[in-house]
Amino acid sequence: MNVQTHPLPVATAPFLPDAFEGVEEHHDAGAITTLGFWIYLMSDCILFAALFASFAVLRGATAGGLSGREIFSLPYVAVETACLLVSSFTYGMAMISAEHERQAWVLRWLGLTLLLGVTFVGMEIHEFVKLIADGAGPDRSGFLSAFFTLLGTHGLHVTSGIVWMGVLIAHVLRRGLTEANRTRLMCLSLFWHFLDIVWIGVFTVVYLMGVA
Amino acid sequence: MMGDLVGKLSLDAIPLHQPIIMGAVGFMALGGVGIAALITYFGFWRTLWSEWLTSVDHKKIGIMYIALAMVMLLRGFSDAIMMRAQQALASTGGPGYLPPEHFDQVFTAHGVIMIFFMAMPFIVGLMNIAMPLQIGARDVAFPYLNNLSFWLTTAGALLVNISLGVGEFARTGWLAYPPLSELAYSPGVGVDYYIWALQIAGVGTLLSGVNMITTILKMRAPGMTPMRMPVFTWTALCANMLIVAAFPILTATLAMLSLDRYFGMHFFTNTAGGNPMMYVNLIWAWGHPEVYILILPCFGVFSEVIATFSRKQLFGYTSMVYATICITVLSFIVWLHHFFTMGSGADVNAFFGITTMIISIPTGVKIFNWLFTMYRGRVRFTTPVLWTIGFMITFTIGGMTGVLMAVPPADFVLHNSLFLIAHFHNAIIGGVVFGCMAGFSYWFPKAFGFTLDERLGKISFWCWFIGFYVAFMPLYALGLMGMTRRLDHLDNPVWHVYLVVAMGGALIIMCGIAAQLAQIAVSVRDRAALRDLTGDPWNGRTLEWSVASPAPAYNFARTPLVTSRDAYWDMKRRGVAHRPFAAYRPIHMPRNTGTGVIVSAFAAILGFALIWHIWWLAIAAFVAAVAVAIAHSFNEHGDYTVSPDAVARTEDVYLEQLASQA
Repeated sequence: MNVQTHPLPVATAPFLPDAFEGVEEHHDAGAITTLGFWIYLMSDCILFAALFASFAVLRGATAGGLSGREIFSLPYVAVETACLLVSSFTYGMAMISAEHERQAWVLRWLGLTLLLGVTFVGMEIHEFVKLIADGAGPDRSGFLSAFFTLLGTHGLHVTSGIVWMGVLIAHVLRRGLTEANRTRLMCLSLFWHFLDIVWIGVFTVVYLMGVA
Repeated sequence: MMGDLVGKLSLDAIPLHQPIIMGAVGFMALGGVGIAALITYFGFWRTLWSEWLTSVDHKKIGIMYIALAMVMLLRGFSDAIMMRAQQALASTGGPGYLPPEHFDQVFTAHGVIMIFFMAMPFIVGLMNIAMPLQIGARDVAFPYLNNLSFWLTTAGALLVNISLGVGEFARTGWLAYPPLSELAYSPGVGVDYYIWALQIAGVGTLLSGVNMITTILKMRAPGMTPMRMPVFTWTALCANMLIVAAFPILTATLAMLSLDRYFGMHFFTNTAGGNPMMYVNLIWAWGHPEVYILILPCFGVFSEVIATFSRKQLFGYTSMVYATICITVLSFIVWLHHFFTMGSGADVNAFFGITTMIISIPTGVKIFNWLFTMYRGRVRFTTPVLWTIGFMITFTIGGMTGVLMAVPPADFVLHNSLFLIAHFHNAIIGGVVFGCMAGFSYWFPKAFGFTLDERLGKISFWCWFIGFYVAFMPLYALGLMGMTRRLDHLDNPVWHVYLVVAMGGALIIMCGIAAQLAQIAVSVRDRAALRDLTGDPWNGRTLEWSVASPAPAYNFARTPLVTSRDAYWDMKRRGVAHRPFAAYRPIHMPRNTGTGVIVSAFAAILGFALIWHIWWLAIAAFVAAVAVAIAHSFNEHGDYTVSPDAVARTEDVYLEQLASQA
């Protein structure tokens, strides 16, 4: 609905002529919500940028403790990464199913996405617990504080995405693929892919550059 | 066991032995009880809840924002006058009347309150009241979110006020620099109050920013191309982009500080690899854009006021828009000028010194545009115009002292001196406060349906204007003489007289605030005589003046079609304004909801519990807030329809009023 591209009607009519009747009461709620959500995501992006910057400043501040090279296990992180990347694919399948009005498949793909998300978070928690047990907890050094906070913030985002997905499944079960639920699916989709992109940043900056 | 139940909280947290604090708490409690009694007496509770507190109407939310700002102005100003009195009394060797630990809380609270809980709500309130009307919209993009934003801001303000009576506030200065704000040096709850008040209010501000940007991008009336938007809307757009881009940095920074304090991490500590200067960099990467978040909308207000009351199109509209965008971008690359003394080297300091000087160019463009708008206009010297002219003079002086300090070698001498204090008050009072007051008196009739008493408005302006100079010019001198900021006592008879004069200035400003309160009271009393029947008391130019005052809930009976800049002026010029419609159409409106209030109440409890380490309560409050928000998402009956008949009835009343004034 790009009204600006219409040639404006004669200047004597200050209010909507009949040609604009359809515009009168109808703002495309879905498009507005999606744009608003995009803007929120951009702000989230800056939140992560601040944490990435802090990590970059503190990455060498190990204070005599363990460094990234000593604590990171790339194969383990590769599995985590695979979980998250595949979950983006399965979410994409859920969106395609929604396009084709296949509600049952939407729910199945969402369920699978949720499962992969839980696996990812579980693996991350396991890594954290192990590090803390090894004396490399977040209170050990500036480097570890930044590491735990950057990953923890991403993990908390994934966790809230999982909760949201659960709520969304309830929404779809309750009312089906309504306009409102499609918008919600779209927003969560943006959120989920966004977290994937952030994770690629984490994987590169924290892990790959950390063991290099 | 008791410790698990109430965390660090105990009866000792209430400063019963401090008469000044207890007096203030008693005064606030008395005020609260008094207001509650009045509401009960007039049987206003139900209306208050269903029509105001739960309202999703941007105009009412705007009014509530400004009411919050006014209340917090009184609180923040009390802090100011306490500081001025302390320094006047304690500058000849005596201890004054405030012990150091209390004085430190006072200057911290003053800064935090004035920026976060006075200036921010005031600005957001003005944007709420005016912006959707200016772009011809029915409401903001996310009305329920708007209500939630307001209440989250209020929850933050509440925590700051609770800190007065339960525990303490931070003693660190308004930006809580580590390592002072770390647990090792601030073991009390003051910094925790600071952190959680700002985090909760910050979420509200961020959501409001998302909401406003979406509104401006998506909800403009047909024909309102970007270069036809009123300048206030442009500045609101830019300020909200700054909010969305800058506030997450504040959130992240304060989160890291709390991780240091709560989990013993080492982001900003002196030990184990922490880096305190990283905090200073991060907080100013938010803090400098914040300055422009506050001032840009005020520039917008002045632009509207000066064009309306000069009865001329704004001079240099296009350059005004580009100047605004320039400032928006530049505001992100000047932050280091707040700490040239960090010692980052000549190259870095030179870069930030130069960018800082460059930012004064678009600002200068704006000043000249306003002057040229007045040139050969028929300027009416109403209260908003006085504020605007007062701003142009004062802000120019403040800008020049700012450019002076942008020279790093000069800054090394003036850093943390009273010269700096005088400079930023010069910019913030002369810019933001004057802008808020101009906007307040300009849009008051639109919000309430009657104009404000002019005589008291002018008295208030002159008190503020003169009071500002008397209060802050001595601080410039003191700064040049070497007096640093935040001194709770000093022993220098030469400085004493300046501090006494500054105290006198603060008292003159107090008269200005009293005149403003009197102005509101007198105007409410005389509201029948001051009634604005036309909806257009100033012969306005933009769309907000094309509807009744106060505007109906749905704003526009029919969405206006915009064919030029200054859309309403254009309609009046062509004689097509207020033409009655043949028919109205049903209007979809969002329904009020109490969710925002409830979620924010849980957020306030969450904050309080975290401050006092009451973990079970924190978990319960968090779960409750999330549960309420999720439950809200299942309610899909969030709107209702205003029938064409109801619209017609409302509009007929307005048209009759218009006819009676013609």
